[in-house]
Amino acid sequence: MMASSYNAKEEDGHHSGAVGPGGAGVIKSKKPDNTAFKQQRLPAWQPILTAGTVLPAFFVIGLIFIPIGIGLFVTSNNIKEFEIDYTGVEESSPCYVCSFNYTWNNTTPCQCSIPFSLDQPFESNVFMYYGLSNFYQNHRRYVKSRDDSQLNGDKSSLLNPSKECEPYRSSQGSPIAPCGAIANSLFNDTLELFYNFPNGTSIPIPLVKKGIAWWTDKHVKFRNPGGNNNNLTATFAGTAKPVNWRKPVFELDPSDPDNNGFVNEDFIVWMRTAALPTFRKLYRIIQKKKDNMMPTLPRGNYTLNVTYNYPVRSFEGRKRMILSTISWMGGKNPFLGIAYITVGSVCFFLGVVLLFIHHKYGSRNNNADIPN
Amino acid sequence: MLRRRLNRLCGGDEKRVDSRTIYVGHRQCPPTEAFIPPKFCDNRIVSSKYTVWNFLPKNLFEQFRRIANFYFLIIFLVQVIVDTPTSPVTSGLPLFFVITVTAIKQGYEDWLRHKADKEVNKYPVMVLENGRRVPKESEKIKVGDVVEVKEDETFPCDLILLQSSRDDDTCFVTTASLDGESNHKTHYTVPDTDKDLESLSATIECEQPQPDLYKFNGRMHIYKSDQEPFVRSLGPENLLLKGATLKNTEKICGVAVYTGMETKMALNYQGKSQKRSAVEKSINGFLLVYLCILISKALVCTALKYWWQSKEGQDEPWYNHKTQKERDTNRFLKMFTDFLSFMVLFNFIIPVSMYVTVEMQKFLGSFFITWDKDFFDPEIQEGALVNTSDLNEELGQVEYVFTDKTGTLTQNNMEFISCCIDGFQYKNHDSCSELDGFCVTDGPVSKLQQKAGREKEELFLRALCLCHTVQVKEPGPDEQTEVDGLDHPLTQPQEQRGFIASSPDEVALVKGAMKYGFTFLGLESRTMKIKNRQNDIESYELLHVLNFDPVRRRMSVIVRNKKGETLLFCKGADSSIFPRVKQEEVECIRTHVERNATDGYRTLCVAYKQLSAEEFAETEAQLQEARLALQDRDEKLTAVYNLVETDMSLIGATAVEDRLQEEAAETMEALQGAGMKVWVLTGDKMETAKSTCYACRLFQRGTELLELTVRTLEDGRCGREERLHELLLDYHKKAVQDAPPVKPGVTRGWATANQEYGFIIDGATLSLVLNPTDASASRYKNLFLQICQNCCAVLCCRMAPLQKAQIVKMVKNSKGSPITLSIGDGANDVSMILEAHVGIGIKGKEGRQAVRNSDYAIPKVKHLKKLLLAHGHLYYVRIAHLVQYFFYKNLCFILPQFLYQFFCGYSQQPLYDAAYLTMYNICFTSMPILAFSLLEQHICIEVLMDNAALYREIAKNAMLRWWPFLSWTIQGVFQGLMFFFGVRFLFSNPALQDNGQVFGNWSYGTIVFTVLVFTVTLKLALDTRHWTWINHFVIWGSLAFYVFFSFFWGGIIWPFLKQQRLYFVFANMLSSVSAWLVIILLILLSLLPDILLLIFRKPKSHARQLSEDSLFHADRRLLRSHRYPTST
Repeated sequence: MMASSYNAKEEDGHHSGAVGPGGAGVIKSKKPDNTAFKQQRLPAWQPILTAGTVLPAFFVIGLIFIPIGIGLFVTSNNIKEFEIDYTGVEESSPCYVCSFNYTWNNTTPCQCSIPFSLDQPFESNVFMYYGLSNFYQNHRRYVKSRDDSQLNGDKSSLLNPSKECEPYRSSQGSPIAPCGAIANSLFNDTLELFYNFPNGTSIPIPLVKKGIAWWTDKHVKFRNPGGNNNNLTATFAGTAKPVNWRKPVFELDPSDPDNNGFVNEDFIVWMRTAALPTFRKLYRIIQKKKDNMMPTLPRGNYTLNVTYNYPVRSFEGRKRMILSTISWMGGKNPFLGIAYITVGSVCFFLGVVLLFIHHKYGSRNNNADIPN
Repeated sequence: MLRRRLNRLCGGDEKRVDSRTIYVGHRQCPPTEAFIPPKFCDNRIVSSKYTVWNFLPKNLFEQFRRIANFYFLIIFLVQVIVDTPTSPVTSGLPLFFVITVTAIKQGYEDWLRHKADKEVNKYPVMVLENGRRVPKESEKIKVGDVVEVKEDETFPCDLILLQSSRDDDTCFVTTASLDGESNHKTHYTVPDTDKDLESLSATIECEQPQPDLYKFNGRMHIYKSDQEPFVRSLGPENLLLKGATLKNTEKICGVAVYTGMETKMALNYQGKSQKRSAVEKSINGFLLVYLCILISKALVCTALKYWWQSKEGQDEPWYNHKTQKERDTNRFLKMFTDFLSFMVLFNFIIPVSMYVTVEMQKFLGSFFITWDKDFFDPEIQEGALVNTSDLNEELGQVEYVFTDKTGTLTQNNMEFISCCIDGFQYKNHDSCSELDGFCVTDGPVSKLQQKAGREKEELFLRALCLCHTVQVKEPGPDEQTEVDGLDHPLTQPQEQRGFIASSPDEVALVKGAMKYGFTFLGLESRTMKIKNRQNDIESYELLHVLNFDPVRRRMSVIVRNKKGETLLFCKGADSSIFPRVKQEEVECIRTHVERNATDGYRTLCVAYKQLSAEEFAETEAQLQEARLALQDRDEKLTAVYNLVETDMSLIGATAVEDRLQEEAAETMEALQGAGMKVWVLTGDKMETAKSTCYACRLFQRGTELLELTVRTLEDGRCGREERLHELLLDYHKKAVQDAPPVKPGVTRGWATANQEYGFIIDGATLSLVLNPTDASASRYKNLFLQICQNCCAVLCCRMAPLQKAQIVKMVKNSKGSPITLSIGDGANDVSMILEAHVGIGIKGKEGRQAVRNSDYAIPKVKHLKKLLLAHGHLYYVRIAHLVQYFFYKNLCFILPQFLYQFFCGYSQQPLYDAAYLTMYNICFTSMPILAFSLLEQHICIEVLMDNAALYREIAKNAMLRWWPFLSWTIQGVFQGLMFFFGVRFLFSNPALQDNGQVFGNWSYGTIVFTVLVFTVTLKLALDTRHWTWINHFVIWGSLAFYVFFSFFWGGIIWPFLKQQRLYFVFANMLSSVSAWLVIILLILLSLLPDILLLIFRKPKSHARQLSEDSLFHADRRLLRSHRYPTST
């Protein structure tokens, strides 16, 4: 007993001498247990990957991936997408004037309209995106510049926003709601779409602004302070609007109280920071007409009316408007289809090569398949 | 450690004197002298490192002394101070976890030590004070206290035996817990002390505490009121050591001489030197590479950041202004903090958890050695013992095996084979030792052929019966026939008795004499009784025992027979006896001795001498004087011994067989087959050792032996040095220059075309080689090393313990610094066990010292095969895979994060959420690799055991060299690129849901992370060759846990989080078909090269041969199970 108590080493080495079953001085029989685990004889599956065993797997992968890839490719190709750049960099562009004369404090919004035509009709629901390029929404200083508890309706955070919001935390002494760089730079161009009948008349296309943000964001993550209190003006009293906004947060959508304040879907969509400097965000949905068999957006001429509020030329950014249909795999993206076809073909090819090798050298190696 | 040093400092003033004076019972003596009670340390044992108060600071300090912990602390502090992309929690939490776990473990161990200390310190003892027996706690014992100890109690401190309840003033002691020798040792009271301890007035003068258990020098001055004080010498036979147990004696009284931390036991249990494994060196090398990668990544990003910011409008666009503070910061300071931020962002490439996992793997993995029932030896009822788990993988890397002979290769279980009396060989004809190695005598008393005179015969047998230190084991009621070697029928079965001795040779000799009719009956109050052939009892008075020691290599007794003749019997090695006997007697015996030695027997020569009364008186006086000496007592004694043991007449010689250990030959063959070089280092004679080598198949019939011994050196006419030089050059030419370069992988036995060489050197020559007189020292050494390295086996005989260590050291430090392993069982092997990379102790018969100082202890040498070929191989493969995998998985973890910087304006934006960053190494990917590194058997144990050549495949750190490291790194880079760019192309249109909604940056990171976790885990699954249910559970379990955790983490608005970044991100990701498809695609694509590698690598290597072997093996196992149906 005494001997074992000094077995421990001075340094932080292990004490297995006394802890382990082999510790000295134990009087009882030290015969180790004959259990499978202790004897390292646990029953085990011992797969051996050889050309023979993997060969079918390659063929199977090839046979599964290639059809999926083809399906994806076809689906992606069937998605109709129309994209128009309305930044107004070129002088020929209708928005050139707006982009060129842009100042932060002009009171009258600058309007420009861009005609375009769709060669193909857009069936079913059409999704309208705005796209920005060279806009670093994923910059660290930008990403962290928000206060989620303020956006979640926390009263104390409303009046005392997080330090992360600096330098967009307070303006003229009063706290900014919503604070931070992301909120401050909310995309505020207004896009309207008109269909031009061949006879010259044009009708506005109804744009639905519901369902563009994640359901959980709209209903849980973002909440107005004071819950269902309709009087947002009073709720936000004592706060300042973000410096670059034209109107305070409680006037984002005066028409619909469920879409106003922090729960405004445009705002929520913007607050989900994009992964890459070139990105698109969902703006509106053009719903499929229910009554007739007409396509949602028939072939023809359209006009995009832009209320040009958002300056991008200072950082050489671009603004786009994108119309797209959506399939089960999302928006148009040929990458997945091509990748699947490629990988499937590679696997299939490898399968063939392996089959060849296996066939040629297999007779010599056939012992290798016997697992030990 | 510190405390001990302090203790030493406290005792500093007495340290200056070489001896301490102890007042027995604290009585001043002589009473007239001024009594200054000397100060000694108390009897408290402190083995613990910490107290409650200093635990936290001391433990933290010690933990942060480790480079890795310190690095992570720095990273953590940087995160706290500088505005960094990830919160301090991400690195603080793992660090905290690691520190806490280690602290708890160390605290627990220290608590155990505290408890053990307390148990020892509070143990109740009886102290005699002024004639009364006072119960005290053990820790209160002071030096000079008279302590009473009862039977079966352990001694609370080192005591000088004053009084025993036995009549013959002796007591019996077992030191099993000190050195493992379980025999009863006799200790003697100080002669001529009063029976009345109360009135005893004495001082003891003895040396300062020293750790040697078997050495003690002291003097006792006894004062009596009416006469001059007289002096008695004290030796180890008077000293009862703390930790030993009193046996067969009712009670004893003794005076405490060394207490507490100064006892010999406490001095012996001091820390061993720390050995570090070679794998750790590799890890440090890889760490350095990764540190360079880390720093260069950070530098590249910092540089690119400032280049990018210099472009107009990029640094501070209108939507993303800096704070005033940021603008005011000095540009260079900013650059520096940016650099630090990148470092912090990428620091996960060097994982904290790797250290924890490696430690855990080693600690838990070592249990498999102690648990292995194949290492269990039914004879000693013990299995293997692991003293350190730091070296597990080193067992798979051994290149040189240094083995002791006696007790390691041989059983140290001696059997008397033959003797030679007066030049006539006596052999027990009926013994059929060739068959089963066990002597069976058919007759009750074997008659010796009457060749030598009867007188001579009887003298020889009496000498055997008298010249020893064997004790007769008194058969107690419960221990009747447990003594080995006594199961054969004897003439007087009622006298079945066991003999106990420190050396098994002596037992064999006494038993041998018994076979020939002379039975040693025992030693009672210095009278030795033997029963002769006529069944008469002869008794001899034992006057002196001139002890055996390895330098003299002989021992003697001086006895007086009934007729009053004083006789000296001496037995010892031939080399030490021959010079001391009349030369004319030597020649006829020498031939026999040499023949016996060649046959592999241990030979001893027996001589005697009749001492005249004057001679004896003179000798006795000299002995007495030497024994009283306080300093250099041993030297003085040896001198006296040498003086007495001269002019003897040689009676005969004995041959004792030391049988080979079970499967020793097979084990050695397997080790050689595994590419290890086996060196036998022994103190034994060359002939004996050589025959053992042949028996172990280390030397084979065709092996050409290169001898470099005293004999070969003296052949030539020139001086020894020149001859040595000549021989070395000659052998070098033979073995090194002419031999074709040894191809690795060519197994010995098949490579018969090459001449094989064995090398033999003896101690004297070795010291000539290592320490020559002239300046060519290193040249000899180099030549010698080169020759040895080209020989298949090397035998070094006549080695002193220190020379063994010297050899190990020499090989250890030679070119390529090969991994060495020493195996031995005796105290003389301790030095080489400590010196080698891995030290293995055999739990043999020569005590416990080797086991105590070893890293691993096994009962038999045959267990070495499994320990190295199976355990070592597996441990190495496991830990190598563990290390490589850890670096790989963190590389492909961090690479996407690095690449993301190119897309986020080099702003240190993390790709993954903080929770993922923190949990990746702790939870998501740690368990599968830990289970793998504990359970993996890439080749099953039986195959490893049967194919020793497999060991060569991992030799020279094969799995942790730069090439495999590079291949793992390339895989990591490839997969990292796949993860990032695959998702990057997917996100060229972030509208991935079927309702047109888009994904943001956190979805991006989550998809990459999901692919990462799955790929990394499945890669491990691909590498797993041995799927137990634990592997299944852990691999699929940790994937399931990842999914569950992600749901959970994203499913709640966490009030303590500043940002709800992942809120429903994972659920939304799973609702997107594209995300599913890309995850599947990327996992498959990342693993494709791996699968291909696996397929194409296999047929090239041993797969085929292996499976064939395993088939054979299965057959053989079948056979074996038929042969031993009951063996389990």
